Amino acid sequence: MRTRKITKVIGALAALSLVAAACGGDDDAAEPADAPADEPADAPADAPADEPAEAPADEPAADSEMPADGTTDDMVVECDTPREMSLQLQWFTQAQFAGYYAAQDQGFYKAHCLDVTILEGGLDIVPQTQLANGDADFAISWVGKALASREAGADIVNIAQIFQRSGTLQVSFVDKGITSPADFAGKKIGNWGFGNEYEVFAALGSVGLDPAADVELVGQNFDMVALLEGEIDAAEAMTYNEYAQVLETVNPATGELYQPSDFNVVNYTDEGVGMLQDAIWADAGKLAGDAEYRDLAVSFVAASMEGWIYCRDNVEACQQIVLGAGPTLGASHQLWQMNEVNKLVWPSANGIGFIDSAAWDNTVDISLNSPNLEGGTVLTAAPSDGAYTNEIVEEAWTHIMTDGADTTGSSYAPIEVTLNEGGN
Amino acid sequence: MIRRAARRTILFCLALLLVAGAWELYKLVGPEGGGSLFGTRMIPKTSDRAMPHIWDMVQRLGEPENRGGGDPIWVTVGGYAWYTFRLSLVGLVLGVAVGIGLAVLMARFKFAERGLLPWIIMSQTVPLIALAPQVVSWSGRISIFGWEWPRWASVCVLAAFLAFFPVAVGTLRGLKSAPAAALELMDSYAASWTKTLFKLRFPAAVPHIVPSLKLAATLSVVGVVVAEISTGIRGGIGRAVLSYQQASTGDPTKVYAAVLGAAALGLLLFGLVVLIDVLLMRNRPQEVSA
Repeated sequence: MRTRKITKVIGALAALSLVAAACGGDDDAAEPADAPADEPADAPADAPADEPAEAPADEPAADSEMPADGTTDDMVVECDTPREMSLQLQWFTQAQFAGYYAAQDQGFYKAHCLDVTILEGGLDIVPQTQLANGDADFAISWVGKALASREAGADIVNIAQIFQRSGTLQVSFVDKGITSPADFAGKKIGNWGFGNEYEVFAALGSVGLDPAADVELVGQNFDMVALLEGEIDAAEAMTYNEYAQVLETVNPATGELYQPSDFNVVNYTDEGVGMLQDAIWADAGKLAGDAEYRDLAVSFVAASMEGWIYCRDNVEACQQIVLGAGPTLGASHQLWQMNEVNKLVWPSANGIGFIDSAAWDNTVDISLNSPNLEGGTVLTAAPSDGAYTNEIVEEAWTHIMTDGADTTGSSYAPIEVTLNEGGN
Repeated sequence: MIRRAARRTILFCLALLLVAGAWELYKLVGPEGGGSLFGTRMIPKTSDRAMPHIWDMVQRLGEPENRGGGDPIWVTVGGYAWYTFRLSLVGLVLGVAVGIGLAVLMARFKFAERGLLPWIIMSQTVPLIALAPQVVSWSGRISIFGWEWPRWASVCVLAAFLAFFPVAVGTLRGLKSAPAAALELMDSYAASWTKTLFKLRFPAAVPHIVPSLKLAATLSVVGVVVAEISTGIRGGIGRAVLSYQQASTGDPTKVYAAVLGAAALGLLLFGLVVLIDVLLMRNRPQEVSA
């Protein structure tokens, strides 16, 4: 009889676990809300092999500025066996990471004697944690989030600040009249959470609004549904992703796609509360103590910069490279994203990848001083020494092989992109 | 037999229609913007973005993944489902093997049951999404006799982690369900424990094992899908659910293509187990009630 009772209990537990598992599945499927804001890519090994043959074979137009003084063109890396390494992205394959895919596709990594495996992110993949655990050799992460992990003990260092400015927006319909953070007062403000929301809090703080009392903060999925459904007044959006998503959606009132003129956009960079985003992070311990790893870092950063330079000068070719790597959002969305991401990378006044101390300090300052609803801040103390270094970047510049490559992009001009319905 | 099969098929289709009807009915009468109960948003919205029409979903199945061109999405999703199906199958086989192995061990040694069972139960309280990143990071770290541990194998392990549980518990119960008189008879033949296991205990356990297999089959699919979503592994239905969801701003019906694919996949694996059930039970002597 005893056993029967036990079996019953077990049965009940089994049923419970089943229900729990099913619910878990549902939740995850229904709201990829926990995803990092940025969407990413996977081992190119299993990526569809269709070559984006469109990549123009001719040299990227070396547009001006930097004469070939610093850049050594005849630096040929001796290479018996390419050095294997992995890069952890924040999300699935998309143009946000085009520079790395371009470096892969155009053979820049190979030319630097690298065999790079690009690892896509997922809902529960934290790039800087993968890096700290040794599951990846380098990782792409936002500075605020990575610094929080660093404070929690991850021994990592920012070796190249690829995105020089923040791509975060707060988007609202024109009739709400939200043109600056001061207008957030009394409104329902969507934000993502998971470390992607600190610019919202910084903006509120900068105009003296109390996040707990003066606005209604609403958790938002990584899409714009809540904005279109009128559940929130202003939605957090990346210039290169969610903002494009609304512009790819048909406005039921007109039967045409929504137009930029339908929206007011608060750009956190313009408001002075932009935080540094996509940067390349490395293992600090290995960088200091392992000469081979340090060489690897220099080569990897140099080749990746070549990829980003290529994507600046060949926007459409890079769109094709990304499409060939199998993203799930469509062609015009990726072209839009490529163009917007270029705007975040270029121009790089100090040279691509350089970590500007003013922008860094601003990010750290926001991380320290912008309390969220619970009063918590990203960081409790200023980051200890060695959170970033420009040594690798400066050394990498001298390894860039493209002839006369312009590493500042001072004459960079974005292209015009027309979005199609659903981003196709 | 055939008539029964036909009747079942018709009933199944009717059930599908009923679900579709309920969906459309709620969409018709429910509040467009949803509603609140006791201060929390609980009543689902019925707008086209939140609850697309069934026919829009079906129509979406015929359109390409990216509307620009290519195969219709049901073909693409079918490919994803096939990938996830194979992983689920490996996970299921692994889970069943581990589950039956543990059950035999526990049936043989009382102390094993006392020692293991609490851990087996406790194992199921560990959230899969907490385990997933750890298990997936095995790839690149483990190599067995030169065989590099691939990422998909981690997904199978996670599926097996869910699937073994009902099998272990169900089989244990089954192995113990052999009638005392029959066990005493085997004893009187001086049959070894293994002999008794295969001649008596396993056949007696079949009615307990089969339902546990059905549970394990669906759990295995859940395990693979959750692991795919959690770690972003490419090629399967979980990844499709996640990335289609992201397109929901402008293309709300797209995600349902993946959801339907996941459902079809679960049914397929379930059907496979039913087939095993039929094969196993076919030659079974009818129970004679005492």
